[in-house]
Amino acid sequence: MSILEVHDVSIRYMTGDFKQIGLKEYVMRRLTRNYHVVEFWADRHISFSLEKGEMLGIIGTNGAGKSTLLKVVSGIMEPTRGWVKRQGNIAALLELGSGFDGDLTVRENTYLRGAMLGYTRKFMDETYKQIIDFAELKEFEDRPFKQLSSGMKSRLAFSIASLVRPDILILDEVLSVGDGAFRKKSETKMREIITGGATTILVSHSIQQVREMCSKILWLHKGNQVTFGDDVEGICDQYQAMLDGKLKLDANGKIVG
Amino acid sequence: MFQKLKQHRFLFEELVKRDFKKKYKRTILGMGWSILSPLLQLAVMTLVFTQFFGRNTPHYIIYIFCGNLVFSFFSDATKGGMGTIMGNAGIFTKVNVPKYLFLLSRNVQALINFGLILIVFFAFVAADGLPFTWKFFCLIYPIVGLILFNVGLGMILSALFVFFRDIQYLYDVFTMLLMYMSAIFYNIDGYPQMTQNLFLLNPIYLFICYFREIVIESTVPSGWFHLLMAGWVVSVLGLGCWMYKKYNTRFLYYV
Repeated sequence: MSILEVHDVSIRYMTGDFKQIGLKEYVMRRLTRNYHVVEFWADRHISFSLEKGEMLGIIGTNGAGKSTLLKVVSGIMEPTRGWVKRQGNIAALLELGSGFDGDLTVRENTYLRGAMLGYTRKFMDETYKQIIDFAELKEFEDRPFKQLSSGMKSRLAFSIASLVRPDILILDEVLSVGDGAFRKKSETKMREIITGGATTILVSHSIQQVREMCSKILWLHKGNQVTFGDDVEGICDQYQAMLDGKLKLDANGKIVG
Repeated sequence: MFQKLKQHRFLFEELVKRDFKKKYKRTILGMGWSILSPLLQLAVMTLVFTQFFGRNTPHYIIYIFCGNLVFSFFSDATKGGMGTIMGNAGIFTKVNVPKYLFLLSRNVQALINFGLILIVFFAFVAADGLPFTWKFFCLIYPIVGLILFNVGLGMILSALFVFFRDIQYLYDVFTMLLMYMSAIFYNIDGYPQMTQNLFLLNPIYLFICYFREIVIESTVPSGWFHLLMAGWVVSVLGLGCWMYKKYNTRFLYYV
């Protein structure tokens, strides 16, 4: 029984005129038939499944559809076609630094973020001190969040998120944050969580990291699934070859020559 | 829905807290403003309009207060509710939470404000020598109705606001118009019957009217009056829910 099953998922993404225009402009363009909505498939026919405790690395160049796929897996978006089946609770740590409220204090933001990640109040009361200590923000507790440096912000974000104990964990480029010393600390912590038995999906641009940690690989290219499998080394080698220009992919993500 | 609400209770509480703190940030009086600003409004209106309309309207201060009480709750909740999806885009594009939580938390804040003013209102009623009767319990009907109406309209507005930012300016004009059409400081008894009936099409007027009948005249409005109010509430709330359901997954593309 797979803990996560993604079956033939396709996601159509919308973009185009509608974002920036107002009501007048909308009516005008509708009348003059000049209203364009571009719909494109951010992901096409993606299928994979994960067993308990496995770690999947998703690789691919920018615009491959990685982030969109993660949004569907975490339930923020609905797939246009296909389906996703999840067993157990899921925590997605996407773009950690954003989503805080600059006007609230560090303490208030910590609680709010904890609530967003699905922790209980009791849990937050118990671990609040631990979070602040780990983030090394003891003396900033009651300062407005916007006064923190960007490094401090991501440290706090990481500290809160690192307490998650989900069945499925989704990591989007959050493995390590901050400066030298904190980077080490956060990496150790992350490994702790992963080895704690959670099924993990990792998106990373660091092939090194993927090779070291993952047991399965999903390679996406322009929305297509190039390959999925457990031959981590082999797939990573191929991906590296493509990055170096030695290997070409066609529009459907098939390897040519 | 209640299952989900329970599951997200902690988040909901934190959102309510956040909305509160943000509202009174850098104000000395803090929540005092919630009471003070409607009272000041009441004072100005009484000062200006008593000359024109006050003479033939008994308990004129309470008469205006009923109008202000209802209208300020309505406009606070809906105007604040409009920006809730846009304003929380940073949250719902990262975590999978029901989007109505943001609107509800803003409405809770408006409701607490309303509760505070309501207490002051009753103090005024007592000071004016109006009798408190069992009929006051009937006020629960328009209050619950208004809460649901605000939530429904807030859903419609916040959804539209995602698609068209123009809505905020249009809505400003609309609420101003609505305020003048709600007989807050004037009396419609002098108008022909036909015109009086037109006022019944205005849901806010219905809520105000209900308050006045109970508090000032100590009569319970008729059955069809209740039905008319319920009709408004159900249709607005229904439309709001339908829009949230329909566009739930599409908001993401617009923010």
